[in-house]
Amino acid sequence: MGIPADTDQNKTAPSPAVLVLEDGRRFVGRAYGSTGQTLGEIVFATGMTGYQETLTDPSYAGQIVLMTAPHIGNTGANDEDMESRKIWVSGFVVREPSRVTSNFRSQRSLDDDLESGGVVGISGVDTRAITRHIRSAGAMRAGVFSGDRFALSEGEQLDQVRQAPSMRGRNLSDEVSTVDPYSIPAVGERIGSVAVLDLGVKTSTLNFLAERGFEVLVLPQSVTSEHVLSLKPSALFFSNGPGDPAASDAHVRLLQEVLRADVPYFGICFGNQLLGRALGFGTYKLPFGHRGINQPVLDKTTNRVEITSQNHGFAVDMPIEGIHESRTGFGRVEVSHYSLNDQVVEGIRCLDVPAFSVQYHPEAAAGPHDANYLFDRFRDVVVARNAAAGAGDAN
Amino acid sequence: MPKRDDINSVLVIGSGPIVIGQACEFDYSGTQACRVLREEGVRVILVNSNPATIMTDPDFADATYIEPITPEILETIIAKERPDAILPTLGGQTALNAAIQLHDRGILEKYNVELIGASFEAIQNGEDRQIFKQLVLDAGADVARSHIAHTIEEAVGFAADLGYPLVVRPSFTMGGLGSGFAYDEVELRRYVGAGLHHSPTSEVLLEESILGWKEYELEMMRDTADNTVVVCSIENVDPVGVHTGDSITVAPALTLTDREYQHLRDISIDIIRAVGVDTGGCNIQFAIDPATGRVIVIEMNPRVSRSSALASKATGFPIAKIAAKLALGYRLDEIPNDITRVTPASFEPTLDYVVVKVPRFAFEKFPAADARLTTTMKSVGEAMAIGRNFTSALQKALRSLEKRGSSFHWGVENRTIDELLIEAEIPTDGRIVTVQQALRKGATAEQVFEATKIDPWFIDQIVLINEVADEVAASDRLDTDILRTAKDHGFSYAQIGELRGFGEADVRKVRHILGVRPVFKTVDTCAGEFPALTPYHYSSYDQETEVMPSDRKKVVILGSGPNRIGQGVEFDYSCVHASFALSEAGYETIMINCNPETVSTDYDTSDRLYFEPLTLEDVLEIIHAESQSGELVGVVVQLGGQTALGLAKGLKAEGIPILGTTPEAIDLAEERGMFSGILEAANLLAPRNGTAIDYTGAVVVAEEIGYPVLVRPSYVLGGRGMEIVYDSLSLADYFGRMEGQGIIGPSHPLLVDRFLDDAIEIDVDAIYDGHELYIGGVMEHIEEAGIHSGDSSCTLPPVTLGRAEIDRVRVATLAIAQGIGVRGLLNVQFAIGAGVLYVLEANPRASRTVPFVAKALGITLAKAAALIMVGKTIAELKSEGKLPLVDGSRVPMESPVAVKEAVLPFNRFRTHDGTVVDSVLGPEMRSTGEVMGIDRDFPRAFAKSQLAAYGGIPLSGTVFVSVSDRDKRAIILPMLRFQQLGFEIMATEGTAEVLQRNGIRARVVSKVSEKGDDDVTIVELIQREEVHIVINTPSGRSARADGYEIRAAAVAGDLPLFTTIAELSAAVGSIDAIRDGFEVTSLQEYADTRAAALQAAAL
Repeated sequence: MGIPADTDQNKTAPSPAVLVLEDGRRFVGRAYGSTGQTLGEIVFATGMTGYQETLTDPSYAGQIVLMTAPHIGNTGANDEDMESRKIWVSGFVVREPSRVTSNFRSQRSLDDDLESGGVVGISGVDTRAITRHIRSAGAMRAGVFSGDRFALSEGEQLDQVRQAPSMRGRNLSDEVSTVDPYSIPAVGERIGSVAVLDLGVKTSTLNFLAERGFEVLVLPQSVTSEHVLSLKPSALFFSNGPGDPAASDAHVRLLQEVLRADVPYFGICFGNQLLGRALGFGTYKLPFGHRGINQPVLDKTTNRVEITSQNHGFAVDMPIEGIHESRTGFGRVEVSHYSLNDQVVEGIRCLDVPAFSVQYHPEAAAGPHDANYLFDRFRDVVVARNAAAGAGDAN
Repeated sequence: MPKRDDINSVLVIGSGPIVIGQACEFDYSGTQACRVLREEGVRVILVNSNPATIMTDPDFADATYIEPITPEILETIIAKERPDAILPTLGGQTALNAAIQLHDRGILEKYNVELIGASFEAIQNGEDRQIFKQLVLDAGADVARSHIAHTIEEAVGFAADLGYPLVVRPSFTMGGLGSGFAYDEVELRRYVGAGLHHSPTSEVLLEESILGWKEYELEMMRDTADNTVVVCSIENVDPVGVHTGDSITVAPALTLTDREYQHLRDISIDIIRAVGVDTGGCNIQFAIDPATGRVIVIEMNPRVSRSSALASKATGFPIAKIAAKLALGYRLDEIPNDITRVTPASFEPTLDYVVVKVPRFAFEKFPAADARLTTTMKSVGEAMAIGRNFTSALQKALRSLEKRGSSFHWGVENRTIDELLIEAEIPTDGRIVTVQQALRKGATAEQVFEATKIDPWFIDQIVLINEVADEVAASDRLDTDILRTAKDHGFSYAQIGELRGFGEADVRKVRHILGVRPVFKTVDTCAGEFPALTPYHYSSYDQETEVMPSDRKKVVILGSGPNRIGQGVEFDYSCVHASFALSEAGYETIMINCNPETVSTDYDTSDRLYFEPLTLEDVLEIIHAESQSGELVGVVVQLGGQTALGLAKGLKAEGIPILGTTPEAIDLAEERGMFSGILEAANLLAPRNGTAIDYTGAVVVAEEIGYPVLVRPSYVLGGRGMEIVYDSLSLADYFGRMEGQGIIGPSHPLLVDRFLDDAIEIDVDAIYDGHELYIGGVMEHIEEAGIHSGDSSCTLPPVTLGRAEIDRVRVATLAIAQGIGVRGLLNVQFAIGAGVLYVLEANPRASRTVPFVAKALGITLAKAAALIMVGKTIAELKSEGKLPLVDGSRVPMESPVAVKEAVLPFNRFRTHDGTVVDSVLGPEMRSTGEVMGIDRDFPRAFAKSQLAAYGGIPLSGTVFVSVSDRDKRAIILPMLRFQQLGFEIMATEGTAEVLQRNGIRARVVSKVSEKGDDDVTIVELIQREEVHIVINTPSGRSARADGYEIRAAAVAGDLPLFTTIAELSAAVGSIDAIRDGFEVTSLQEYADTRAAALQAAAL
């Protein structure tokens, strides 16, 4: 999305850059990463660790990510912490990029990755002021201009920003999904297979599934339900991903068809919104979203609090109390988890079909591991069905 | 689970006197806990022996006991008050150890009291190193290889397995007392010997060395439902080998990837569960091998700690307050986040700034002490700073230390790179500046890393600071860009001025012309995700300011900065009280301070809090920001000790109104000549005196007024550089030692006073409103004059002064208050020698004894003074009930006697060869804290003060006595009494002779210097624990070495040690009084009795 420019420019004195918001606000700083121009929805992420995981999380596709933590890049970058094959953010806004890297696992500097990835960024701006502005005005379109694009007139820059597509109604699954299907073998004893619809899946998620004994079949987002069912998976999984769930009707239909075939389902993030829609509930855009690794969520079943990793701009529209009837014929549904900060739905569970999902990231990366147990729950559903099936056969 | 309904009363145990390793952070945590418990409708019973604390304000508890924290006294309080529960996790190691003793003695069971916050098992699990190690291993985490030793020989055996160097850690001690690195067997024997002594369980842990590893700490909270959150991660800039309390630390951790950080978090949660800390806070320390990432769990504290205070201030998450609520049964998600008010406390704060804490040391007070930093904590205080980047936070923190040479500089540096690197290898106070100088001279980051093992990221930040300095120095002129860059990296005016070759004020002018001013950001726990309702600010050179306009009348209160010897919690007490009083009177109170341990830096103490260095430039910027709206009534400078007072002149020069006593009047008291004029006009005497700016001048003055003389530099607090000098030779020695410290010179002359031998010293705290004088208290020192008032014990009311003497003191105090032009507080020190009243010095500011007066007599001087500063009169305060009608110079006979005793840190310090530093008291203050004993008469109160400070006076055993010739006559009566009480007496030859001639049996023991072949010396007897009380007064220089060895042995053995006859007499008097044990009375009960007595008197 960025227009990469000659990266050698960065090696000399810092050149200026400007962040332009669609409401006309401008923040002048220094060019960071690649120079050139980039457009996207500006959002802020509050994690103090895990910038590499954030940058490589496909859910951030189409977004200019601002890190509220001031020092970024201190621990460099390495291959292990890549959550996908590349950096997805459209732009990167930080206050203090690190000049050196210091970590025993570091293989290169973050600057190297930003430059080779063509990520246009800006540093040296009042990130807190921008955060507070987004908090009150909402997430909005923005652009970063550096190098020769910095010289554009203010009016031209603002026009560019305002011509960029809005996140509302935007489908980005095609951009982030794998083109070809691939599979990952189960780690340890195989309990079955899981079909993973790659809407922007993270490496950690796939690892967690494999470690729970699933043979993981990763499928491009364009597959049909027939194809999914033809694989006879023990379970279906929808990953996180970018975009507006309201623009993903095909995925919703696919999910409905697989659910009707009585295949257990687990969804994360975008996969939660799609389950909500498949059940007949609406989704809506949050003013500025939840993006951080300190988000408290209440698990209504255990009445315990989990500190979760979150990255979502949309949410399922459903009352957090009580049991509700699916409007699309999947029986009773309840909210299983909700945010203690603002009571947004963070998880739903079907009572009559084997499906559940959460809005946050149990795979964390970056973030706390409090919610890893959800992968166990998913495994348990499949193991229980295997056992029931086995018992049935015996009868 | 909501609040438990079976807990209606709670006993909160405080942490006792301020000592190294346990400072006013526990006043902060205890105060928060008491407030919360009372808000929840719980009856709070508080015990703490430290009168200087805010928590011991009678307003914070239903029953406040200023009593020694011993199992016997605690049992008496429990029997009297019958609390449902005890909260021991907010009073440091003292409270935790007290709780263990209560459990072990069956007292908890006997009275059916429950420990809340942490159970006995959890305390045991966390504190017992062997159990803890197993728990860590069971949780799948790693520990350093180690062995437990119970004897020195056992330790030597284990060392063969672990190899040198190795770490020695005694069990159940705080602040790393007695622990250290042993590089060979000699050192091992020394550390293990001391460690076995200090450990209440007589065991030490020997551990493989992880010197040079990265060190981290996680602050955790857990509730009854097992919800666990990390409040803060802290990274030590100084690698493993330096106690965390002595390290420069940074929050959040800056050199961890998410994977490593989450690994630490996972381990922490597993450990807190395994240990069983059911509710409240704990911290866990880790070491990480920088080369491999191997993680080792170092230790945990199952309680609120110094780091918790730091984490609270660093994040805005009030750990102690939440811990108290959790102890009552609340869950984290049932407690709102104070700062956002809409989100719950069940979250993990995220920071969009960097916090740096730097320790403050007091090695200048202990010149003989080994200044190397080890795993035994030696710092006496700390400063914290907040910045939007590490460089600014670090530079702000360093200048907050208010100590010469603590900030980075670019002046003359004569050491070579090699010299600097060799110096930097050894961690010491100020190593960070050595590192900066080495880099500045051209050392590479790699060389510095090799020398120090400081993480390369931090080293690069210092390189960056040097690069910015180069830019500042090299740029053609100071333009907006270069100034902004420098300020963004935390440079002070003074530093920029140094680089540009002109003065601080000029830089300020240039800056303001260019419009380069800071903005103020908010500490909000959530990096801006939610609106913050609490104005807790720090400066940054960013774009947007968050200071909300207000149309109120504002008062700025300057705090006292980092704790140091001579300036500690007492000043914070006064600042906090002023804030409360002014807030109640309708003013918007604005607190400025940089000490994370204090109550004043709690975000809900004042209406607005600025966590900033207390330097002129930083304070002026805050005042500028606050002057944009509302009406600035003025700045309170007389409560924050010398720190705040020192800013008065500069503020005034910038046109800022100073409340109360004017800067000119402050000068009158400080400047010797003008002050003499005031005394002469009032017909008051001062000891004969003069001033000098060099040695020659001083000799002339001394010979004119006659030796011995008391010498002291002007404008210092805590008696820095104050000594008694007996001849010109010692005077030369004194000048030799003071040279180069910049404390004596034409602008800061040396004050030379005739020293009054055998005089009684008196301290008076008073307030004056321009018309009326109100005495808070007249305190009589127990030691004769010559010992710094901060180190001497004193009694209130005075117990040997007559009505007429007190009247003379009153008249003199009034004359001085009028002469100086005091508006607010005044402290005067007098001496009475041979019936003559001398004025020693007067300070128109809050003194260390203001809180003592408040606790002893119920007179809250700081609050009254604050109101006088904004225009109230004493008459009005009396009529409003804010001051008792009768002042503290008239104390009814029914009133109790309160004794203040100083607590000294001698057992913290070792000389280079490992012995204890000398413990003789003198005119330079060296105590870190104080305790108060209060009871119906002096002997009982004195006994309690000794019990609280040192564990008390033995009621039987052996007394060793060795005194100087001039004291021999005075010891006869006390020693006779010891004999009558059944003590055995040992004495050195000369002393024994005098005793025997006077009919007192005394066994002669030899001094070290007299040791014959078969003799057992006194030092050996002390080490064998065959002596229980040591009396030793220093004599001339010849016997000094022997006296030193005796005192050192006594300090190392924690024996009661009396170095003055006055204290000895008081001690003897109290032994009788306490044979039947102690009674306890709360401050509230005393207040009721006092009110009744006053009413009776009025009728």
